[in-house]
Amino acid sequence: MHDPFKAICDDDLERRWIWISIIMAFVMGGLLGLYAVASNMHPPSNVETIDSSRLHLTEEFAEDNLGVKENDDGSLTVTMVAARYGFYPSVIEVPADTPVKFRVASADVLHGFHVPFTNAATMVVPGYISEVNTSFPTPGKYSFLCNEYCGLGHDSMWSRLIVLPKSAGGAS
Amino acid sequence: MSHSTKAVSLGLANMWVAFTAFTAAALLGLYQVIERIDLVPALKSPELYFGSVSTHGVLMGFVLTTFFIVGFGYYTASTSLKQDIWNKPLAWFGFWLCMAGVVLAAVPLLTGNASVLYTFYPPLMAHPAFYIGAALLVVGSWVWCLEMVMMLAVWKKAHPGETVPLAMYGTTANAILWFITSLGVASEVLFQLIPWSLGLIDTVDVGLARTLFSWTLHAIVYFWLFPAYIALYTLVPSAAGGRLFSDQMGRFAFILLLVFSVPIGFHHLYMDPFQAAGWKFLHMTGTFMVAVPTLITGFTVIASLEVAGRLRGGKGLFGWIAALPWNNPIVLAACLAMLMLIFGGFGGMINASYSMNAMVHNTQWVTGHFHLIFAGTTVIMYFGAAYYIWPKMTGKALSSVKLANAQLWLWFVGMLTLTLPWHQIGIAGQPRRVSSTPYDESLVQSWITSEMLMIVGGAILVVSALMLVMVLFGTHGNSQPVDNPEVEYAEPLHPVARMPHLMNSFGFWVGLIVVYMVASYGYPILQFFLLDTYGTVPWSI
Repeated sequence: MHDPFKAICDDDLERRWIWISIIMAFVMGGLLGLYAVASNMHPPSNVETIDSSRLHLTEEFAEDNLGVKENDDGSLTVTMVAARYGFYPSVIEVPADTPVKFRVASADVLHGFHVPFTNAATMVVPGYISEVNTSFPTPGKYSFLCNEYCGLGHDSMWSRLIVLPKSAGGAS
Repeated sequence: MSHSTKAVSLGLANMWVAFTAFTAAALLGLYQVIERIDLVPALKSPELYFGSVSTHGVLMGFVLTTFFIVGFGYYTASTSLKQDIWNKPLAWFGFWLCMAGVVLAAVPLLTGNASVLYTFYPPLMAHPAFYIGAALLVVGSWVWCLEMVMMLAVWKKAHPGETVPLAMYGTTANAILWFITSLGVASEVLFQLIPWSLGLIDTVDVGLARTLFSWTLHAIVYFWLFPAYIALYTLVPSAAGGRLFSDQMGRFAFILLLVFSVPIGFHHLYMDPFQAAGWKFLHMTGTFMVAVPTLITGFTVIASLEVAGRLRGGKGLFGWIAALPWNNPIVLAACLAMLMLIFGGFGGMINASYSMNAMVHNTQWVTGHFHLIFAGTTVIMYFGAAYYIWPKMTGKALSSVKLANAQLWLWFVGMLTLTLPWHQIGIAGQPRRVSSTPYDESLVQSWITSEMLMIVGGAILVVSALMLVMVLFGTHGNSQPVDNPEVEYAEPLHPVARMPHLMNSFGFWVGLIVVYMVASYGYPILQFFLLDTYGTVPWSI
């Protein structure tokens, strides 16, 4: 077989290593890509705009409508607002092992949204609605931490997630 | 070669600005690791902390890097081509433009009016002087890009058909890379942030701003890394007493870095809404391709060191390692840099992963990772290169080789002590960019040991930083002259018989980048003009 790298490189040993490097990159990237596609694990990539200065006038993100809602298929949708310096509502309770879709909007600046030890993570960007799909296998007390610098009070921006044993029932 | 041909004053002026900024920023770093864990209540102040983090980031990420790269680039260009600087007054104009930018940005930074971190983060708004200063620094660095391209053109005209020296090929690749990649942040600053901060426009589209910044954000780290690779390929093999294993592999790695490092910035946006998953997947594949030149570099540099070790009498499978001149600062720096690159490379794979990234995004894992790769691998090579060229620039022997080696070892030990625990607290959930941790007791308790270790690491690094300045400053006043004032660029093991035109020029590669950029950034940027987007008003910190 004709080696295309002969054009740029005379030495056999060097060309062999170029091929090994390329194969390594493909194997690593390929495995991670296949794994993501096969297990349907995609990063939060919702493209949906919203006027962050008028959240309270929208139906979905008006204060009374925030929180956990059960969908017809048994999954949950959790609507939240991130604003300096907290997540609202400030306590969220969900059952374990249940598909949860978070829909989060910022009322002011850039925020982060992460539940440590889980893959519930997204940026919350003013002007856009973030969506995260996940489920929590282990019941317990978790925290939502803001992990993007949002101002001098950023450190204190966190709130509570409680994952209940599945038998304890559905949405609170 | 005459002294004036070697661009000594341009090199020294730029690199002294770089290392002065570096020392100040290292001190701020130590303050930050102490402040963050609430150990000394009197130090507690988010105003000071975020002002300090912003200043530390700007000094390390923009000032140390840009000035070092520009100074090292001028010196490398003039010594490898054996040619005068093209248009010296313009080169000095670029230097002063960069300086004006730094001073202009420093005023709001140091008075707490630009605590928006070095990544800007609109809609938090800084004083306009901060953005204008940053723009001047970038525009000043474009003067250097032009100088490098022109010097290569002048040389090629005088040497038709000859092969461009590898050091200059890499330097020019970096100048082109920087110009292309800085267009992203330059557009954000010129068209969005400056008019917005001056009140000429009311709102900015944060999604567009972040997309433009991502254009710059990945390749900028290759801009920083390039001089380290140039030193590894062209200075280290000869300093170790050997030869460069392959000149062509070096060129190939430089070309791959140039082509693949810009159109892959979306791995910084994996967790952002406003870009669809398919684009992120596309950028992930490119991100893995950019590992190829690093794997090639690892192989070629280690092979070159093996050649040196065997020429020095090293025997057996590993005997050549012991035979290397470990007491030669640039060789020591190279070995330590490669070790840190291995650690850092593993972490990078996780960050680059489209699906695993969610676990570590914006945690301290990420800050730990880039300190290991940048402040570790890259900056230790800046030290090694400085120890190599300072005597040649000043005509005086290094003031203390022993102190220089101790400085490098301390930097290595300090960096591992700082960054390995830093990764741990990231996996254990600590967010990055916090000035205190008022979270659940169980979380905070799992971080404390690592945070204490990080303070030890930070203290070691500050001592090391001060030693660097001492050695370099002392060299200027050393009475002992340098042994060999000429830079010895490494000869390849096999003389290059023929150099394909593609590996001796840039036109084709720049065209390829433009096509690749349009494919990977075209629609993602265009969509902001097609969607009904809502801009965001400015917010103070």
